Amino acid sequence: MINAVGRLIPDAIKGIAPVRPYAGPFAAVPAGRTAGPKLRANNPGSDKLMKSIDQAIEAAGLRDGMTISFHHHFRNGDFVLNQVVEAIARRKITGLTLAPSSLNDINDAILPHIEAGVITAIETSGARGKLGKLLTSGKLAKPAVIRSHGGRARAIEAGELKIDVAFIGAPCCDHYGNINGIEGRSACGSMGYAMVDAAFADKVVAITDNLVPYPATPISIPQTQVDFVVILDSIGDPAGIASGALRISRNPRELLIAEYAAGIIEHSGYFRNGYSLQLGSGGASLAAARFIKEKMLARGITGSFGLGGITAPMVEMLEQGLFQTVFDVQDFDVSSIQSLKNNPRHVEVSASYYANPHNGGPAVNNLDVVILSATEVDVDFNVNVITDSNGVIMGASGGHSDTAAGARLAIVVAPLLRGRLPMVIDRVHTIVTPGETVDVVVTERGLAVNPRRTDLIGNLKGSGLPVMSIEELRQIAYDLAGRPAEIRVSDEVVAVVEYRDGTIIDVVRKPL
Amino acid sequence: MQQERLRRAMMFMPGNNPAMLQNAGIYGADTVIFDLEDAVAISEKDAARHLVASAIRRLKYPCEVAVRINHIQTPYGLEDLKAVLPAQPDLIRLPKAENARDIRDVDEIIAAAEKAHGFAPGSIKMMAAIETAKGLLQAYDIATASPRMVALAIGGEDFVADLKTTRSKEGTELFAARSHLLLAARAAGINAIDTVFSNVNDEETFIAETKLIKQMGFDGKSVINPRQVRLVQEIFTPTEKEIRQAERIIAAYKDALEHNSGVIALDGKMIDTPIVIRAERVLAYAAAVRR
Amino acid sequence: MTKLLRTAQAGTVESTDILITVAPAEDGTGVRIELSTPTLAQYGEHIKSLIAKTLSSYGIEDAVVNANDKGALDYTIEARVTTAVARATR
Repeated sequence: MINAVGRLIPDAIKGIAPVRPYAGPFAAVPAGRTAGPKLRANNPGSDKLMKSIDQAIEAAGLRDGMTISFHHHFRNGDFVLNQVVEAIARRKITGLTLAPSSLNDINDAILPHIEAGVITAIETSGARGKLGKLLTSGKLAKPAVIRSHGGRARAIEAGELKIDVAFIGAPCCDHYGNINGIEGRSACGSMGYAMVDAAFADKVVAITDNLVPYPATPISIPQTQVDFVVILDSIGDPAGIASGALRISRNPRELLIAEYAAGIIEHSGYFRNGYSLQLGSGGASLAAARFIKEKMLARGITGSFGLGGITAPMVEMLEQGLFQTVFDVQDFDVSSIQSLKNNPRHVEVSASYYANPHNGGPAVNNLDVVILSATEVDVDFNVNVITDSNGVIMGASGGHSDTAAGARLAIVVAPLLRGRLPMVIDRVHTIVTPGETVDVVVTERGLAVNPRRTDLIGNLKGSGLPVMSIEELRQIAYDLAGRPAEIRVSDEVVAVVEYRDGTIIDVVRKPL
Repeated sequence: MQQERLRRAMMFMPGNNPAMLQNAGIYGADTVIFDLEDAVAISEKDAARHLVASAIRRLKYPCEVAVRINHIQTPYGLEDLKAVLPAQPDLIRLPKAENARDIRDVDEIIAAAEKAHGFAPGSIKMMAAIETAKGLLQAYDIATASPRMVALAIGGEDFVADLKTTRSKEGTELFAARSHLLLAARAAGINAIDTVFSNVNDEETFIAETKLIKQMGFDGKSVINPRQVRLVQEIFTPTEKEIRQAERIIAAYKDALEHNSGVIALDGKMIDTPIVIRAERVLAYAAAVRR
Repeated sequence: MTKLLRTAQAGTVESTDILITVAPAEDGTGVRIELSTPTLAQYGEHIKSLIAKTLSSYGIEDAVVNANDKGALDYTIEARVTTAVARATR
């Protein structure tokens, strides 16, 4: 069947049932009740402390074919996922579904265990490097399921992603399982993604290298959700968890894109007291913070909240009073972790609060402006952030489609060419975010406003910004580089890309 | 009146760097100058001139495209011209100009190339950089040596070395040179372009220097970094108040022409030709900014 | 017809550049091009034919070419081939 963004979705996909085609950003109406963990009891005097991961696996009752989950706040410094999968392999458990909130390069270490059949299915936000290649190889028992951060929270709460055992890296933990992410040598800041896993998994194992006297406060994940606590020497590499002082880009092309993005915000009609903002973690998006800050100071504008994955530029604006509140689902650098710890206006939120479309209303709904990166954009404004120029998975869905759908102004920034490859093209290889939810595409050679947004086109008139049609942008790219030959793929579906509402927006087919 | 071409920010780009050449046009510089001289190692002179010629031929630039060739008395200058003239750059910039003879020599080579390639005679312009005391004393002769000449520039670093001094934040050492070069350019009716400022991280001094040369009467400045383009143009951008006043002056002037009235006045002040010319200049800058 | 006299190189392996090496080949062996590029699927054939076309515009009929591409646009590829040929025929 052809879905609402014109993609051919097979009627039947192995391991995916039912196949629901994407029908529009807000077309799916949820029914039923939220799922929940099995009831359990821990009586007074019970001991949650386990001697090893092995013992915890045993105690949690992990068996062949179950689903295990992890959170990716430790980014490329994560030691938890690899150690747990190794322990599972030692115990000869096979046929597991691995459902981490995302995967990082460091997790390439589990590849032998996937080859050996310990893990036979993966549901996550995305992957890079060797794991990305593996997801694209078709070697898993069923296609990988790619979900956005909000879509994952929704799938867990809806019972579509049923987690049997959640393993939670806990930077600060007491013996009864109260957890926060702001203390300890492996501090990662917000525990936002893990909160959903903890609340909905049947069994929850906390893994810490920093056991503190009871009670560990503040409490991000409460003891009521945690069954077992394991102490390890080290759960992560601090240098990989959080970047140090972030250098704002000096790349003139990135700065130019950033300046255009800031100019769009200024003239969009949303740039007023109380507006809200999310910055992506890409170079141009972060550089835009500098220009936005200048404009806020110049015009005396203060915002209501900043959202999302948090970095130093947003923390600076919070500290300067330019934003009243920061809602934080993940931290990228030391200064945002410090801010979450010390600043009461810096608030930790769960992935569901952040972006789940099927609850009482996530924070993205209140977002005025988001700046997002892209791998490719097409003339229908559809965005690919998941597959590379050869059709191989090398990115993550993240909060891209969630924030684009929620924000009143979704700005996508990308260089017009990467090397020789045009980034504005006829048709993106994989759609992650539907063009209907993308408002402006910004490149160093000009910007294009989605024709649906006649209001925005009007507001940007006279702004001096180089506004043109998306077809003109594509033409500039093709004039420079030539039209790229399309990637040839087989019929074999190796991954499905779920939209945040659980419908299938696109599939990744195995490249030939 | 012929629309004067603005040359507020003339940005140097190293001639042998494809990444920089293909993005040269995106930063809003009025002129990009592809450099075959100081930015290119001796062993890569040939590669740079081929690359620059190919870029001019194949890429579209939204601005004036200039090539800084090696001095015509070096073994490279003539080869540079041979390679780039067939691509029809808008402007050839000569370094270290010291006499009118060099200008005339280059003029002849350009004229021959224009004829050979069927370009309109005089379509390729020239400018010269004054980088020595000797050159400065010939500035007017250099400026008037060819009708192709559209600008004189000062090459500050070399000039200051020639004076046996160093550059300061205040620019005291360049005061005489700037003044003299400006007089020569104005007398010849061409643009006067200030020197580069090489510390791209010292925005404060850069801004002060640009304000100084604008007040002196310079038309623009050579820059070496895209970030400096915006700073120069902001300083050369007329304020809203200046634009409104200029529009009123031009309106009063046109009105007077239509009604054949001899004396033009606005707000009780007489408006004479220099005021009208200055107003036209303000509006030209304003229009360039809007573009 | 022009003959390459020696092996020569032009370009770099910086991003958006291409390193072209041309070497003489026996008469009648034609132009052989070995290309490595990150955009093989999208532009591989195009780049090879552009190199061949540029060589032929200089009258080169026999050559062994190694092209190490880092995302160069056509204008750069043409210029680097031109320089390499000039250096090899000097």
